[in-house]
Amino acid sequence: MAGVSESISTQMGMHTEPLTGRDIKTKFTLENEGGFGYHFARDVDFNRRAEIDCADREPTDINNRIRELMDSGHGSIVIRNPGAKHSLIVGILNRMNVIVEGSLGYFGCGLLDGPTVRISGRVGWSFGENMMAGVCVVEKNAGSTFGAALRGGDLVCKGSVGSRTGIDQKGGTILVGGDTGAFSGFMMQRGRIVVCGNAGKNLGDSMYDGTIFVGGEIQDLGVDAVPADLTDLDRGWLTRKLTMYEMLPERGVDHFTKIVAGKQLWSYDNLEPTEKKLVL
Amino acid sequence: MCGIAGLIYRDGARNIGAEMTAMLQALKHRGPDSTGFAMYGAPGPNEYIMRFKVAEKEDLGGGTKIHRAIVERKAAVDAVLNDLGVVVLELDEPTEYAIRYRISFDGDLKTLADQIEEVEGAEILSIGNALELIKDLGDAADVSGAYSLGGFTGTHGIGHTRMATESDVDIRSAHPYWAYPYNDIAVVHNGQITNYWLKRRQLEREGQRFVSDCDSELLAVYTAVNLEKGISLEESLRKSIDEIDGVFTYLITTGNELGMAKDTMAAKPMVLYEADDLVALASEEVAIRAIVPHEIDTSDPYDEEVRVWQA
Repeated sequence: MAGVSESISTQMGMHTEPLTGRDIKTKFTLENEGGFGYHFARDVDFNRRAEIDCADREPTDINNRIRELMDSGHGSIVIRNPGAKHSLIVGILNRMNVIVEGSLGYFGCGLLDGPTVRISGRVGWSFGENMMAGVCVVEKNAGSTFGAALRGGDLVCKGSVGSRTGIDQKGGTILVGGDTGAFSGFMMQRGRIVVCGNAGKNLGDSMYDGTIFVGGEIQDLGVDAVPADLTDLDRGWLTRKLTMYEMLPERGVDHFTKIVAGKQLWSYDNLEPTEKKLVL
Repeated sequence: MCGIAGLIYRDGARNIGAEMTAMLQALKHRGPDSTGFAMYGAPGPNEYIMRFKVAEKEDLGGGTKIHRAIVERKAAVDAVLNDLGVVVLELDEPTEYAIRYRISFDGDLKTLADQIEEVEGAEILSIGNALELIKDLGDAADVSGAYSLGGFTGTHGIGHTRMATESDVDIRSAHPYWAYPYNDIAVVHNGQITNYWLKRRQLEREGQRFVSDCDSELLAVYTAVNLEKGISLEESLRKSIDEIDGVFTYLITTGNELGMAKDTMAAKPMVLYEADDLVALASEEVAIRAIVPHEIDTSDPYDEEVRVWQA
């Protein structure tokens, strides 16, 4: 663990949980390379590419087919004709590429840990729920509860998303090119949400921690969500992250508003570690 | 959790029967207990389509008495129509217990509806110049097949797949709901209205009548009363967000409009597709893709969002 990285992440508000008494601070680097992997992960070759035509297949069949292809070493899978079907590309705990030519329905890309997924269409409710690591990029719009309980990785929607984006978020980064609906960041606990457009009412309501950046108008803030100063570190990070996904606004990021938890709503820091685990 | 869907063509009538069937069949997993359609065909001058039932589907298993009762109830309805000077232009009986009349009538719709409802076992599903409301147990394919909806031509319609949670699995509790006894107004709703009884009693004190205990019916009657007061459909939808409590997304139709409203929490889903000729909405995009299979741009309406489209 590099001390510099730890210092930066602390300055950015990502380490605010030193508790009274014992210290259960989680340490990580901003360049969080590696650190994940399962002994049962498939040894896939990114240059081996396969396609699945979903037109006449059920979701379970499609997900099983993805696993069969991973078992046979395919590291790049193209999903054709997904037809907005639900629960596709879920539970993949492997590094690999998935390219979706079309749109997904509800609960797409849930419980991921590692893959890079690019979707040319839109996604329905609860996309990327509980993702641990990896990258998902949605080229069009997304439904509500985008990135619910996200724990790690980058979840990107280049269009607009519905309500309750990043509800219960526990880590990772959510990037939205357009607008987000009401109650975004509701009860978020860690991580960052970046919205280039407008945010609906009750933004960050009851958030415990984490940071929300909004480039457009904020209808209103939720309980205990407060504005904070945008620092040079924030500007640098926003610029780097938005550039990475070709979402950097022409006028840069200086106009972004930063929202954090006021921490007046709860006695979180007074909890014992065991109690805190229950809360989280 | 229920599924709702609607579509409206902005450039003339289409085979919406087949399209609504496909959309609702795609939502079968959201509610397999019953399916209902409210579709708008070509109205004739001074003509109404009246759809009513004289028994529940489940009653048919109750022995031979019910079959005699059905015959008697139909005859009693015919007597009412005769007394009121209603001219029956066309009769269709898609099932033993469900009847469709095309009638000519220039009297008061409420009087007509009230007198038919007085016939034991008779329940009007809809009366309208253009509205035809069909609902029964089973999935969309079952209902569409039984009522020959595959060839229905019209401009707009809404539908519902029901998962019974707070009332019985029967036709009375199925959606859509007609705004009794108002011409051509129907609603489908996904959610729960928490001030239902309060608002219902207010409307009942004003003389409105409810034919079910389903909270969704409130939205139909509430809207009809607003429209009768000269309030536009869009304004009525906006008022409902302030005056109706609970979580809801609902679709409402008049003779030439389709409206949508979402509550302040946006807790119930809706996906919207807008093209030059067609607007389609559904609880899930998979229903829209059942009629527009190619890749499309869709969006989720936000909290407190209200939209109205014209046929």
